[in-house]
Amino acid sequence: MTKDEEKEIDQSKMTISEEVVIKVEQMNKWFGHFHVLRDINLIVNKGERIVICGPSGSGKSTLIRCINRLEEHQKGLIEVNGVELNDDVKKIDKIRSEVGMVFQSFNLFPHLSALENCSLAPIWVRKLPKKEADDLAMKYLEIVKIPEQALKYPGQLSGGQQQRVAIARALCMEPKIMLFDEPTSALDPEMIKEVLDTMIDLAQGGMTMLVVTHEMGFARKVANRVIFMDEGQIVEQNNPNDFFNNPQSDRTKLFLSQILDH
Amino acid sequence: MRSNNYKFVQKEVIPQQPPPLLQAGITGWLWKNLFSSMSNFSSISAAFQSIIMIVLTFVLLYFCGGQLYSLIDFALISAVWSDPEVLKRGSCTTVDQGGSLPSGWSGACWPFIYAKKKLLIYGRYPAEELWRVNLVYLTLFLGIGYTLFEGAKGRQWTGLAMLTIFPLFALILLTGANFNISWSTNLLLLGMSILLIFLGELTRRNFLGNIISELASLFYISGVTLFLIFIAALLLSIDYGLSYVETSDWGGLLVTLVVAITGIVASLPLGIILALGRRSNMPIARTISTIFIEFWRGIPLITVLFASSVLLPLFLPDGVDFNKLLRALIGVMLFSAAYMAEVVRGGLQAMPRGQFEGASAVGLSYFQSMRLIILPQALTHVIPGIVNTFIGLFKDTTLVLIIGLFDLLGQAQSTIADAYWSSPAQAPTAYLAVGIMFFVFCFGMSRYSMFMERKLSRGHK
Repeated sequence: MTKDEEKEIDQSKMTISEEVVIKVEQMNKWFGHFHVLRDINLIVNKGERIVICGPSGSGKSTLIRCINRLEEHQKGLIEVNGVELNDDVKKIDKIRSEVGMVFQSFNLFPHLSALENCSLAPIWVRKLPKKEADDLAMKYLEIVKIPEQALKYPGQLSGGQQQRVAIARALCMEPKIMLFDEPTSALDPEMIKEVLDTMIDLAQGGMTMLVVTHEMGFARKVANRVIFMDEGQIVEQNNPNDFFNNPQSDRTKLFLSQILDH
Repeated sequence: MRSNNYKFVQKEVIPQQPPPLLQAGITGWLWKNLFSSMSNFSSISAAFQSIIMIVLTFVLLYFCGGQLYSLIDFALISAVWSDPEVLKRGSCTTVDQGGSLPSGWSGACWPFIYAKKKLLIYGRYPAEELWRVNLVYLTLFLGIGYTLFEGAKGRQWTGLAMLTIFPLFALILLTGANFNISWSTNLLLLGMSILLIFLGELTRRNFLGNIISELASLFYISGVTLFLIFIAALLLSIDYGLSYVETSDWGGLLVTLVVAITGIVASLPLGIILALGRRSNMPIARTISTIFIEFWRGIPLITVLFASSVLLPLFLPDGVDFNKLLRALIGVMLFSAAYMAEVVRGGLQAMPRGQFEGASAVGLSYFQSMRLIILPQALTHVIPGIVNTFIGLFKDTTLVLIIGLFDLLGQAQSTIADAYWSSPAQAPTAYLAVGIMFFVFCFGMSRYSMFMERKLSRGHK
């Protein structure tokens, strides 16, 4: 975010309530013999914006993928909106429809237009009539500011536009929580801003967000908490101000010096 | 400051200029495709290569041109087209052979094919009942034509009718229906279907405890399928006043189309189910699918056909007798399904993991994500492989001859034995005619698949 005017942020719009929406307790996960997440504990209240950062391989993506069960955890407890995640397929489908996810590689459906990408889940999961689902999709495409691209296929859109369609697609399920898995890592520098601006708008709308990212500017401005992970553990968590200016652990200091000094 | 003094900086816009003569247009095409490999004399080795290319080109032209001319001469120029005096073999033999044509003549004997057209198209189907076959042919071609026609109104419904109502319609017309299906069988079918639909409803409402929701749709689907089978059985047991025609009287194109279309239509859905089964996380589904696929792929189609006609009756209890054509149909169906499964699996393997994750992240269930996201893309990717299997299957139907069913090729071979038409031109003409008919069908499938590929690839570019 070098040029253009910086997006105005109104902190008063981003309120945090007492309601707990995600509860992770003593959660452990292994990939084969590799212990990828170790004793994770995390409570997320409604309206929180949490940025998770850390070196690659530290388990941050795996953590948020566990929250909508794209990955299974082997030990401990994860509760989303008061529902515990286990093998019950019905529960998982319900939770996935309440938790939106945005991926690093967009994962749009290339055989469907932007509009169809967005209206598909409302039609098939929320069982809305097609007309209503299309209106809903248009509404969210307007919110991410690309209504004019509605009839184009993902292959005809730029990376930034694709990621915004992906955000609109997740929003169409009107989720209570949004998970972002490195949403800007696959984008050209000039497209990062348009995606981050969309995410800032979302935060101002009061959305609960968990964001894995290396965009420290975004973390400073939007997050109310920054979590630092290393080797599958949560090493440090703090408000952005203290996190960046006064890191506690040595690993956090080393990480910050590496990403902020280049 | 930017300097404009460099020579490589253009000061004005250069207007578009035509390409060199040898690059564009007809001359360019000829140059690029024909002469570029034989006109390079810049070095000794290049010149040597060019000379070899020139010589090879002329040798190939001579042979291919000669072959092509012989074929055209045989099929069109020297061919006998009509037999007004009904001489039969006399019209297609030379003077030396007892006919009327000048000696040394060689050409196709088309009146022979014309005289045998009924046998080639219908087999020994009774002459007064041919309208039934004609009606089926007509419905088939109109239905397929309409379904494949881009922009036709309601073509998906026509397609659905072709897949569901048409087979029943064809079966009733071709056999004459009036099957002896016992009431107990009918009641059993009806009872089972109602039971399954009821179970589905119970599962959906969670009355049976916390069973996975997919089970509900499985119950529904099998219940509805059984109910449709029940309706079909009812319709088949009605007496429509049509005389019964034994399947052993069917032949020629009729048998070829019945076997090929049944195989083609059944192989795709069966293949998709098997492919999904083989990639499933459930060990039982995976093992069963894998064993099924490997078993059917491991044996030749001839063995399958022999087993279905010779071995199977040995295992069946006395008095139970399956129709020979039906047995062959089942064999061909299962055989082609195994091949199709591997083609579809290839398409599924090529799907990036992100598509599965994207689909489940928006809350789609397994079946929904397969049907709406994964399969449409995977099948589009493997259209060449699918059509390859279809074409292979269409031509493999000729193998049914060895179990005594007379398909197009078998019927043509049987006509060669007709002494009234005995002449040296008889066999080549019959094979040429059969070849042309097979080519028309297979080439048609091939072209339509290319059209589909172009149409469906729009989203991926």
